[in-house]
Amino acid sequence: MKYVDEYRDGKLARGVAAAIARDSDPARNYALMEFCGGHTHAISRYGLEDLLPGNVRMVHGPGCPVCVLPVGRIDMALQLAAKPNVTLCCYGDLMRVPGSRGNSLLRAKAAGADIRMVYSTLDALVIAEAEPSRDVVFFAIGFETTTPPTALSIRLALKRDLGNFSVFCNHVLTPSAIERILACDSDGVRIDGFVGPAHVSTVIGTAPFRRFAQDFAKPVVVAGFEPLDVMQAILMLIRQVNDGRHEVENQYIRAVTEHGNRIAQAEVADIFELRENFEWRGLGQLPDSALRLKDAYAGFDAERRFALDDISASDNPACECGAILRGVKRPAECRLFGTVCTPETPMGSCMVSSEGACAAHWSYGRFRDHARRKTA
Amino acid sequence: MCLAIPAEVIELLPDQMARVSVDGVGKLVSVALLDELAIGDYVVLHVGFALTRIDPEEARRTLALLGQLGAEVLA
Repeated sequence: MKYVDEYRDGKLARGVAAAIARDSDPARNYALMEFCGGHTHAISRYGLEDLLPGNVRMVHGPGCPVCVLPVGRIDMALQLAAKPNVTLCCYGDLMRVPGSRGNSLLRAKAAGADIRMVYSTLDALVIAEAEPSRDVVFFAIGFETTTPPTALSIRLALKRDLGNFSVFCNHVLTPSAIERILACDSDGVRIDGFVGPAHVSTVIGTAPFRRFAQDFAKPVVVAGFEPLDVMQAILMLIRQVNDGRHEVENQYIRAVTEHGNRIAQAEVADIFELRENFEWRGLGQLPDSALRLKDAYAGFDAERRFALDDISASDNPACECGAILRGVKRPAECRLFGTVCTPETPMGSCMVSSEGACAAHWSYGRFRDHARRKTA
Repeated sequence: MCLAIPAEVIELLPDQMARVSVDGVGKLVSVALLDELAIGDYVVLHVGFALTRIDPEEARRTLALLGQLGAEVLA
């Protein structure tokens, strides 16, 4: 068992689809939000929507950290990269995210800035160690999954006395975003239940989702990122909705526990603290929704070290990323989708990351729509 | 972004590092976030860090349940 192919078995998927068809009530609609980009990607890639009855609709949520990063933070990173002594390290997803005036890290790199794509914070530390004359800044983004690796990089930098290493911190928190979506009922998106995050939950556990199940009376099923995991979670949600239950259930029991990874939580709690406010693309300013470095680690905080000011910049006015991230609009409803905005020339962040709703629809979903129109 | 893949622990190394195999491809990763790891364990690997151990018993149980769901309806 390698824990991958087994959970992609088409025959098993058709069986679960049959169970969903049997258990879903044709007299009602089910709007289920998958919070994570990883789930959005799996749903599009494996054509899971084709296996669902017409009254079960998947709404794509804002759980792609690249997608929710506002333009202003990209502009701040571009400012950092423009400093002659700075080497900016980042995950590959960030390279093509559009900043203001059509600029991006990829363009800045082409123009001569020292920007390097890394797989891990460990790689950024190797660069800092090998090039002591450079100020190596790691552009940290991500939800709770990606935060512990950043925390450990700071711990290691301290241990190895790497004074030339710092972090531009953009880590955000899943529960705050879910809460915002639930509080935004005015938009008219009624969500019947949530497919909860897979790898975020390996770190934080299932316990933090209890609050939503209780306060907002919505079922949450934490699910793995393989197609069978998602199908089973949808079935579990439909059963909860039918029974009028709103509990937190765990489909991803092979990797997720109730209380998560305590070592990772302790590392994060030691290095980071809550920011009062942080801007999310599409969701606006959210209180207590992001992290920054504690004062004790101020020397590793790129924002303080380089005296960066917050930049607030606006999106391309025609871009519908905001509404798409809240689940109010679908990618094809954006005027830019597939015209000027494609993965080659993204106008908005949802088209950049392969986990973004627009990129997933561009790569997989639009062909299904096309086939559907042809047969209609 | 939260992409993570199952990897098998091949060798435990000093400084909380380990050599893992991702479907046959070897990689050096940090296991600082886990305790009680043994050779042959599968972990969920994310940006160079093992985040959690995969429980083989629960993994089998999930697959059995998935098979059972279909069998009930399609029988």
